[in-house]
Amino acid sequence: MTTIDFQTEPSRYRHWRIQVDGDVAQLIMDVDENGGLFEGYQLKLNSYDLGVDIELADAIQRLRFEHPEVKAVVLRSGKERVFCAGANIRMLAGAAHAHKVNFCKFTNETRNTMEAAGAESGQHYICAVQGACAGGGYELALACDHIMLADDGSSTVALPEVPLLAVLPGTGGLTRVTDKRKVRRDRADVFCAMEEGVKGQRARDWRLVDELVSNATFDQSVLARAKAFAAESKRKVDAPGIALTPLQRRFDGTDAIVYSTVSVSIDRATGIATVEIHGPTEPAPETVEALHGQGAEAWVLRCARELDDALLHLRFNELEAGVIVFKASGDPKLAAAHERMLLDNADHWLAGEILLYWKRVLKRVDLTSRSLVALVEPGSCFAGMLAEIAFACDRSYMAEGSFEGDNRPPAALILTAGNFGRYPMSNGLTRLQTRFLGEPDSLAAAQAQQDRALTADQAAELGLVTFAFDDIDWEDEVRIFLEERASFSPDALTGMEANLRFAGPETMETRIFGRLTAWQNWIFQRPNAVGEAGALRRYGTGVRGDYDRRRV
Amino acid sequence: MFDATNVSYDTQIPNNVGLSGDRRVLKALERWHPGYIDWWKNLGPEGFQEHMVYLRTAVSVDPKGWARFDYVKMPEYRWGILLAPQVEGRTIPFGQHYGEPAWQEVPGEYRAMLRRLIVIQGDTEPASVEQQRHLGATAPSLYDLRNLFQVNVEEGRHLWAMVYLLHKYFGADGREEADGLLQRCSGSAEAPRMLGAFNEATPDWLSFFMFTFFTDRDGKMQLESLAQSGFDPLSRTCRFMLTEEAHHMFVGETGVGRTIQRTCEAMVEAGIDDPYAIEKVRALGVIDLPTIQKKLNLHFSLSLDLFGAEVSTNAANAFNAGIKGRYQETRIDDDHKLTNATYPVAEFKDGRIEIVDMPALSAINMRLRDDYVRDAAGGVKRWNAIIAKTGVNFEMTLPHEAFNRKIGTFAPANVTPAGEVLGADAWNAGRDQWLPSAADGEFIASLMKPETEPGKYAGWIAPPKIGIDNKPGDFEYVKLHDA
Repeated sequence: MTTIDFQTEPSRYRHWRIQVDGDVAQLIMDVDENGGLFEGYQLKLNSYDLGVDIELADAIQRLRFEHPEVKAVVLRSGKERVFCAGANIRMLAGAAHAHKVNFCKFTNETRNTMEAAGAESGQHYICAVQGACAGGGYELALACDHIMLADDGSSTVALPEVPLLAVLPGTGGLTRVTDKRKVRRDRADVFCAMEEGVKGQRARDWRLVDELVSNATFDQSVLARAKAFAAESKRKVDAPGIALTPLQRRFDGTDAIVYSTVSVSIDRATGIATVEIHGPTEPAPETVEALHGQGAEAWVLRCARELDDALLHLRFNELEAGVIVFKASGDPKLAAAHERMLLDNADHWLAGEILLYWKRVLKRVDLTSRSLVALVEPGSCFAGMLAEIAFACDRSYMAEGSFEGDNRPPAALILTAGNFGRYPMSNGLTRLQTRFLGEPDSLAAAQAQQDRALTADQAAELGLVTFAFDDIDWEDEVRIFLEERASFSPDALTGMEANLRFAGPETMETRIFGRLTAWQNWIFQRPNAVGEAGALRRYGTGVRGDYDRRRV
Repeated sequence: MFDATNVSYDTQIPNNVGLSGDRRVLKALERWHPGYIDWWKNLGPEGFQEHMVYLRTAVSVDPKGWARFDYVKMPEYRWGILLAPQVEGRTIPFGQHYGEPAWQEVPGEYRAMLRRLIVIQGDTEPASVEQQRHLGATAPSLYDLRNLFQVNVEEGRHLWAMVYLLHKYFGADGREEADGLLQRCSGSAEAPRMLGAFNEATPDWLSFFMFTFFTDRDGKMQLESLAQSGFDPLSRTCRFMLTEEAHHMFVGETGVGRTIQRTCEAMVEAGIDDPYAIEKVRALGVIDLPTIQKKLNLHFSLSLDLFGAEVSTNAANAFNAGIKGRYQETRIDDDHKLTNATYPVAEFKDGRIEIVDMPALSAINMRLRDDYVRDAAGGVKRWNAIIAKTGVNFEMTLPHEAFNRKIGTFAPANVTPAGEVLGADAWNAGRDQWLPSAADGEFIASLMKPETEPGKYAGWIAPPKIGIDNKPGDFEYVKLHDA
């Protein structure tokens, strides 16, 4: 199978166009039918596959970094009479289960960034729907802050998955209908059980859309609405953006990727991928002007982009790497200084955006369904946002003192202000809050040690790492853990880890991911959907699915 | 028990479905009626609402004598609800329910699919009336004017037929859709009709004839395939609609034929041999044959788009469900299930037109389109016979199916009427050779002068061979002067 690459840029887009005019951008979906990522399907009626979503994720990211002046983004179709028909069914029917799951997870993460752009950065997404807007198409709309529907007697919104395909809307559709738009549950039941969707006044009355718009004046109304959102936006930026230049990335054979701040190596025999982050070597920029001048070259942004890319690569292209070992090398004080610079200037748009991006990347770590372990070794630099990676892991091991024959400094861990609020998880809590859900005193004790280089003993005492071992035990303990992990069922581990990672309150986001995992991924395995006679497999043949009528 | 052959006039709405005994549906239809009349007055034929027109009205569904001719003002036309008689013991003729008794009520699992098909069919009926509403002002004769109105009132009746099904079988949603049929409007920016060809303008009478020949023929094919439906009320409705639709084909075929005839006669009279001597031919006040060919090219390609994508999930679903069959389904010699059958489908791939075998179920649209092309080719052959008889050396041809398409596999292709694949620039450069140009349109428009004297015909069109209802040549089909 060819490697799926998550790096792209607007001149290479096949499916989207970005048009920026002052504080309003148009993000136009115009899917190239013949531009599917894989063979065997055509992306008709603005249906999408992962390739389309990779471009969307790129566009959303670029709008925040390259176009900070944009305060409202109009999401619309470049095709007549169809907004978007959703995820391509033939692609789904032909895809391996793991790809479907990864695809849904990635698209969900992308939808969340659309909502986050409005909530966190005042860059609001407005969805302008003309024509059919079904399934994943309506889920795109649901991820926007405002939905406008043409009142032309034929434009509809629909979630037809259950009646048509015997699966669920996979990108948070059901949850957003009830939790975000607060559609009454019985109406939601009607809506989600109909193939043809809802149009006009009923769509408005049921809160499926925010606004009905005359078709004849559609463009003007949409622009006026976008301008109104822009005027209300909390975003106050008049500086130019920075260019997200291509990543420095080199594939070293099949088993290694070398970025400028991250390196990935895969041991195929053991199924372990090691992701090592290289801390900064230069001092942090002193001013926001200097940060802006460095742009995408700034260590703290490079590192986020590279780590993000590495995670996605592992998720999609390295399915058998069941364990991800995180290491970090460098000077933890210097890493903390780079973060400090952002925290001190968080009001500046670029510093703020980089922090918010780290928040998203760290969530991506949380949602990666592999066994995650951090090895805090001598010479490592788990500080601030990098320490946060260790807290995202299922376990962390920290080396005590110096190792014989190793002249690197003893392992140290530094908590910063960043660890106490800048990077909340999808449950709305920080990783430390989640970690210490049952022991608030521990959280306070940890906070008291902020900005100090903590030894393994101290870190273990504070409960910040799982185990601390000296050099006598270190190698064996780590090896035994990894070997044991490799012997367990990958499915059971995925389930167990996902259960344990997200303690605490439910949010719309946790519900979306949790329900996706629990229900959709279950349905995706069931014969009623994917069996030879299942609805998903039979879609397009004209023959309906044969269902096993027993309820489970 | 009501008489299902003869039409009951005991309600405001003539019908053979026992409406007077069905209070619920009668009430719903009576509520819909005023909106329909408003629609007819606002968007129906312009300028002729108060005139007496010699129209046929369906009074029975007996094929031997179903219609009665008389003068009527169009808004007072008795639009009725007429279904072909129920066939005792009819079974579903195709799909997974093959051989089961035909449904007299909507099966729940197919309700949405059926409703969608009925709404799409219903949406086309008023659309053509709207498209043709200005044509009355330039009719080439009272005979043609009457034919236009006949087509219009019958499209109106076909709308009634679909609205009846919506009200009778689809509850509150059906009523809402029935209202929607009056809200959308051809060519409207606000709420256009659902299918592309029904939002195109019908600017002149040659367009009208081409439309009734090509586009109404698509309607005929759709009705033919719905007439096969396992949902018996839909089948019966469409069977009777086909009786009327035949007249629309007739108006189109003879209209184009008479135009061709007049052009050829004028050429012969003037001693012009070369059909491409366009200016000379036009100077005779007739439409030159190459321009007629261009109009044919346009309307044929627009009509092919109405069949939808060559490979279609919706069409496959509808066939397998027993909702929409093939043309003359019951006469086809196969298993009527198409479980393992394939059908050759044209595909545009890598810049070439190829024929590939696809599962026959998903190629239902393609098959119906092929049947349509054969049906249309018959009419073209008869036009060529008219030309040949006059001695003019010219043949009308149907353009290649890939020419000028906006829907389906050929949408991105640039193909000439002869089937040659070109680049976009070359195609655009050749466009005016193949499709009517603005200048062609202006020329045709210049000929569109009304002829209102009984028995007289505009100079660009020949008189018909026989009158409607066997009336004599100078019969006053529309009483223009009494109103």
